[in-house]
Amino acid sequence: MKKKSRNQCGRRGEKIFSNICIVPSVAGVLIFFLIPFGIVVYYSLISNPVTKEFVQLDNYKDIIHNTAFRKATANTAFFSVIAVPLSVIIPLWLAVLLERNIPCKSIFRTFFLSPLMTPTASVVLVWQVIFHNHGTVNQVIEKFGGTHVDWLSSKYGIYVIILMFLWKNTGYNMILFMSAIGGIPKDILEVAELEGASKAYQFFHIKLRYLSPTILFVLILSLISSFKIFREIYLLVGNYPIDRLYMLQHFMNNTFEKLNYQKLSTAAVLFSLVMIVIIAILLTAEHFFGKDVEN
Amino acid sequence: MTFRKRTRIFNIMIAVFVGLSAIMFILPTVLTIANSFMTSNEISANYGAMIGNMTDSKKVFISENVNLKFIPDKATLSQYKNVLFKNPEYLFKFWNSIILTVPITVFQLAVAILTSYGFSRYNNKFKNLIFFAYIILMLMPYQVTLVPNYLVAKNFNLLDTRWSIILPGIFSPFSVFLLTKVMRRIPISYVEAAKLDGANEWQIMTQIYLPMCKSAVISVGMLVFIDYWNMVEQPMILITDPDAVSALHPLSVFLSQINSGDIGLAFAVGTVYMIPTILMFLYGEDYLVEGITAGGIKG
Repeated sequence: MKKKSRNQCGRRGEKIFSNICIVPSVAGVLIFFLIPFGIVVYYSLISNPVTKEFVQLDNYKDIIHNTAFRKATANTAFFSVIAVPLSVIIPLWLAVLLERNIPCKSIFRTFFLSPLMTPTASVVLVWQVIFHNHGTVNQVIEKFGGTHVDWLSSKYGIYVIILMFLWKNTGYNMILFMSAIGGIPKDILEVAELEGASKAYQFFHIKLRYLSPTILFVLILSLISSFKIFREIYLLVGNYPIDRLYMLQHFMNNTFEKLNYQKLSTAAVLFSLVMIVIIAILLTAEHFFGKDVEN
Repeated sequence: MTFRKRTRIFNIMIAVFVGLSAIMFILPTVLTIANSFMTSNEISANYGAMIGNMTDSKKVFISENVNLKFIPDKATLSQYKNVLFKNPEYLFKFWNSIILTVPITVFQLAVAILTSYGFSRYNNKFKNLIFFAYIILMLMPYQVTLVPNYLVAKNFNLLDTRWSIILPGIFSPFSVFLLTKVMRRIPISYVEAAKLDGANEWQIMTQIYLPMCKSAVISVGMLVFIDYWNMVEQPMILITDPDAVSALHPLSVFLSQINSGDIGLAFAVGTVYMIPTILMFLYGEDYLVEGITAGGIKG
């Protein structure tokens, strides 16, 4: 309804103005992202930039059989599958707790948001101290008689990274949920209360339903930031980390250094295809719940 | 009465729990700042094991354990003297960070305000399609967009210059997405009222839309600034020539290299690097929260 009335009340000149508004941005996006991306797709289909021989899907077959690429994909998928749902559940839980009438709410909110203002490199330094082979966590473990774990260079490294990811994103997501919870109509909850619905029922059947658009929005945002985690991993363990921490982004970066355009372009195209599928699923889901990201 | 009492006790327990987790969240930040006031002796006594392989006279003090320490034995500003006066390169890199991040933030916001206004007025199929392309682009990780960025920079001879980072940064679609979401919720009745008063499109944008999404603009600006303030990937790939690296690389990349060297210095540089974001937080936290909220609610 809204959209229609918007379209109808416009005059020609105003429509043209609103079209002109998007021209600079569209031009920039075309020049810096879309057209070069077309070139990337083209590179992924030829044998090399000199002879330009068209090889169809050979590059794709090669890369799918590349062990480094497979390992990187598996690790990245593992990370996202664990970290992204957790970065929805934990902030949602905290937001529900903060909904109660407890003191110092706004101070807590600031504390939870503080990871946003700390430079990544400094945080990484602190993280190194905490999870060092002779660092804080291991000292505590040894005090209680356990055997210490070399966190950053063992299979547990990925969990340290997940923790770091959650630490960084919880505050932001929590605020999104807090405002969404505030927006749930009170009268519905009151009726439920009067009819004797349990707290659990109220949460799962009423609140979650109202929160579903926000949950999907947070899911999408967390997915984006889950692919930015390379920054932290790189600062923590460098370009060639142990197997479990070798992410798709390491693969891309290291291929970049060797300037292997074919491999790089093919990986980029595959990566974006997977992303497009995931986004399409999420957007369909959001549409299914009645509201969508595009309004 | 007992029921009320029970909820109160329950609330206090939750407050304690949430409070403890909140403290865990701010701990690394506090730790960075606190440790920046330690003398280098204290630093090597506590964190010596992390720089164990350095051939240095300091090795004598090194204990095997890495100790997390909050309160310095003797607070000193010596690390800061080091950063600010003895090594001008840090301030120079700090300036590099500013000169990269500020133009990206300002121009990305300017482009985004214009664009989201365009997207939020008079929709048509074609525009919706473009907007969908923006969403997909926004969700692409750097490592995918860096390949196109690299190709463009190479073709336009921008490699090893600031422009190779600034130009793609300006057109990054993240802020367009968030601001469009906010602007689309501005009721059409405001626009109609303004039109009756004879306002043209430009006036509607600058005098109605812009003030109405002020907090969203500020919060998006803060997020963009923080993101680029911490950039690591772009300089590493787009600026690789050794001369250009030492002249143009921002402090965010350099900070990680100090980490493996002088830890005390790294804490102090990290704290200095935090100043702009802390100031932004002090003045803009409410805007940030309001803006995050505005972008997030359904619809």
